[in-house]
Amino acid sequence: MLSFILRRLLQAIPILFGVSVMVFLMVQMIPGSPLDLLLPPDASPQLIEQMKEAYGFDKPAWQQYLLWLWQLLHGNLGYSIFNGAPVADELFDALGNTFVLAIPAAFTGFGLGILLGVSAALSQGGPLDKLLSAIAITGVSLPHYWFAIVMVVIFSVNLNWLPAQGMQFTGVPTTLAGFKSMILPVITLSLIPMGVVARVVRAAVLEVMSQEFVNTLHAKGLWDRSVLLHVMKNAAPATLAVMGLQFGYLLGGSILVETVFNWPGSGNLLNLAIFRRDIPVMQATIIVLAAFFVLLNLIVDIAQALIDPRIRR
Amino acid sequence: MTSYAKDTGSEFPSVSSYRDLKVQESPGYWAMVRKRILRDPVTLISAAILLVIILSAILAPVLAPYDPYVGNIMTRMKPVGFEGHLLGTDETGRDMLSRLLFGGRLSLIAGVVPVSIALLIGGSLGITAGFFGGLVNTVIMRVTDVFYAFPSILLAIAICGMLGTGLFNTLLSLTLVFIPPIVRISESVTTQVRNLDFVEAARASGAGSFALMRYQVLPNVLAPILVYTTSLVSLSIILAAGLSFLGLGVSAPAAEWGLMLNSLRQMIYIDPVLAALPGVLIFATSMCFNLISDGLRSAMDVRLKV
Amino acid sequence: MIGQVPTTGADRMQRILADARDRGGPGQPMLILKDIKRHFPIRKGVMNRTVGHVQAVDGVSLTVMKGEILGVVGESGCGKSTLSRLMMRLVEPDTGEMIFDGDLVDDKVGLTTRRLRRQMQMVFQDSFSSLNPRMPIEETIAFAPMMNGSSRSDAIAAARALLDQVGLSAAMFARRYPHELSGGQRQRVNIARALAVNPRVVILDEAVSALDKSVEAQVLQLLIRLQEEMDLTYVFVSHDLNVVRYISDRIAVMYLGRIVETGSVDEIWDNPRHPYTQALLASIPSLDPDRRTMAAPIYGDPPNPINPPSGCRFRTRCPFAETCCEMHDPAAVTLPGSSAHAVSCHMENEASGHSRVGTNARIAEVTQ
Repeated sequence: MLSFILRRLLQAIPILFGVSVMVFLMVQMIPGSPLDLLLPPDASPQLIEQMKEAYGFDKPAWQQYLLWLWQLLHGNLGYSIFNGAPVADELFDALGNTFVLAIPAAFTGFGLGILLGVSAALSQGGPLDKLLSAIAITGVSLPHYWFAIVMVVIFSVNLNWLPAQGMQFTGVPTTLAGFKSMILPVITLSLIPMGVVARVVRAAVLEVMSQEFVNTLHAKGLWDRSVLLHVMKNAAPATLAVMGLQFGYLLGGSILVETVFNWPGSGNLLNLAIFRRDIPVMQATIIVLAAFFVLLNLIVDIAQALIDPRIRR
Repeated sequence: MTSYAKDTGSEFPSVSSYRDLKVQESPGYWAMVRKRILRDPVTLISAAILLVIILSAILAPVLAPYDPYVGNIMTRMKPVGFEGHLLGTDETGRDMLSRLLFGGRLSLIAGVVPVSIALLIGGSLGITAGFFGGLVNTVIMRVTDVFYAFPSILLAIAICGMLGTGLFNTLLSLTLVFIPPIVRISESVTTQVRNLDFVEAARASGAGSFALMRYQVLPNVLAPILVYTTSLVSLSIILAAGLSFLGLGVSAPAAEWGLMLNSLRQMIYIDPVLAALPGVLIFATSMCFNLISDGLRSAMDVRLKV
Repeated sequence: MIGQVPTTGADRMQRILADARDRGGPGQPMLILKDIKRHFPIRKGVMNRTVGHVQAVDGVSLTVMKGEILGVVGESGCGKSTLSRLMMRLVEPDTGEMIFDGDLVDDKVGLTTRRLRRQMQMVFQDSFSSLNPRMPIEETIAFAPMMNGSSRSDAIAAARALLDQVGLSAAMFARRYPHELSGGQRQRVNIARALAVNPRVVILDEAVSALDKSVEAQVLQLLIRLQEEMDLTYVFVSHDLNVVRYISDRIAVMYLGRIVETGSVDEIWDNPRHPYTQALLASIPSLDPDRRTMAAPIYGDPPNPINPPSGCRFRTRCPFAETCCEMHDPAAVTLPGSSAHAVSCHMENEASGHSRVGTNARIAEVTQ
């Protein structure tokens, strides 16, 4: 098991390296010079050269890359071109705000998804199965940014129960107003994970239930709940895999929901950085989110292997 | 010598007499799939709705009562059912029905084109990797792993953010987003099929790599890859509209559902129904694709481990 | 007594030699394997290092005569299937050579794999997974001839003729798909597929093992008839001693990647010399109530082929094992008075130093 974990850790290194190369290359594709935004249109050639040197843009691309990587490995994410502040501070505040939404959304989405999926599988083919499957497929087909708007119309505009946008606390919510400002974003975010998890769990449970050993358990006279426990344990690896992916999407894909609710999270930060052409912030946000995603996949792999020894090769 | 009493003996007609033999036809796999789909009302209804959406997008110039790009200041933000404007007008007085009809064109293109190109590229790469294994597999799959390290929305947004707005960049970024998952699924089903005895047997018959791929592997991996790919179309539509919604996709004044959703967002306090309309269409289209994908999956009897 | 197939008669041999592809003449065996080895690496650990090898086939030498049926018998996991695939060159051997009718099989200097496979074909155990589920069966049968240059219409006509010959009505079955057939019918298709290139040798890898007993008998009879009619040579690989005895002229007994005893059916049956062969024979349930098997002749599972015992592979389960069995690999010894009966056991070798040399020890005496 230890060697499996070590091997997976080692495999993550070239992937992270590849990710850094890709992010750097993407930035190189940006048309125009990143300094265009900083410099006044009538800047003297001398000033341009000076600025280029200050930001390291005068060096060849591979040197720029190594320099950037070196800084990155030392925990230096660079400084914002827009306001000169260290990117790390801004980014980690934003990430915190993203997590505050992502964690409850994951609990809601995964919990409901598992409940829906198991109930649907147990009533396979019946009216309940059809209803729950319809809910699940709606969850994955809804454009969630639109759903967010619809909810704002209902709960903020018409009923005036909840705030339409904004984060009404810092760090973790302590007041009622703070909690209320979280409700709509969390519901919106949990929609897709709910749908995806429900579909995967339904399929996995049905697959396991069609196997011989379930018949054996029934034949042994085991009552339904403990059979269900066996089934769940066998459906767990597939479920875990999809939950890992979905949690990654909650972190990396929250940009649309954060935009609708004007939530100062990492997605919002990335969006701002894109419109400000603030390259260091863009680079740092993308690479940190990707690194989280890689880490998450790693954890899922290891968790899967812990549950199911067949996965350890 | 004991009996092969049950055996019919050894007098057989010559091979040439078999040339014009009347043989009983058997419904093939695809005929069976067609039969199953024709018995599946949910899939048929989704396909019908989708067909209406596609036809109305194609026929938009004929069907649309107004020019989708020209508004009338006098009739701004009129509600659904307003005289002369069946679905009302938007914030610059353009006819909503006309814009929704035209908007379908860009949204459908953004849904279907990237996935189709990704299917061609990703499918070829994945099947190649799975079929040949070894170093080819390692190179293709490790590069795919790197792309896979980005959540799909993040990757699309990052690429669009770097390249700038516009339809072409949207299509390009979405294509890049969908290649890695298609490579993965194609590689895994191809590896499974390649290890089956019938491929081995065909190899033992002296077939070359190309013939093995064309006649033995491809017909057996196509169904699962297709099923998986159709499920991506709905995601592509949602993502493409999402990019426009963020202002990273096609830009104003183009008629596109996601962009319309964005520009109408300010109107939710005035006329929420109007603001919700483009979203309804995005939802309906993506739902249809998802339901069709599910229908295909059960009709083709595909079990996917994604 | 069930039917016994006579060894290749003179006129049959004449027909075999009349084949334009025959090169070696009557004295040349159809197939010779010389010390063939194939080990599969096992990778493990952080760096994916090779930590060991599954010694699937570990030094097999075997001769297949023209026109005979050679039965290869052994427990599951003894390397029978790998041996079949090695003969077909679906798996490349690590070392050792193979001679087909006098020609060395080697892509550079001898008979190429491609040409070998026009003379040798294989029927796999799993009748379902060995047929392409998306192809009508006549196309599966016609595939190999088409790959070797036949026109489509010729190949299809020949495939339909073959279907009739293997007992499936072409008019009814030609366009069917594998899932529409029963196991026995599918195995008939697999046989027809193997015969489509008009091979001289067919390897039958557990070809009837997965079938119901009644169907198995029908397919066996079909195989025997085809062998007679088409003057074929069979290598019949199976774990089922009764079936092997029924169909074979000669038998080779395999244990853990090696051949331990070869001989004619009668020699093996009436005078088994290797303790493993004796144990195998003793384990056949007897129909005679007076000769009921009282105790299992050997215990335990075969050792792990990753770390096989030193010396004689069978020594860990052999009641006669002594120090010399641990120290030395037993060489194959041809029994006096027989041309074909060879045993790899120290008890048959005067020079081995085994205390029971020449005592003709029987495993039955020890276990009962």
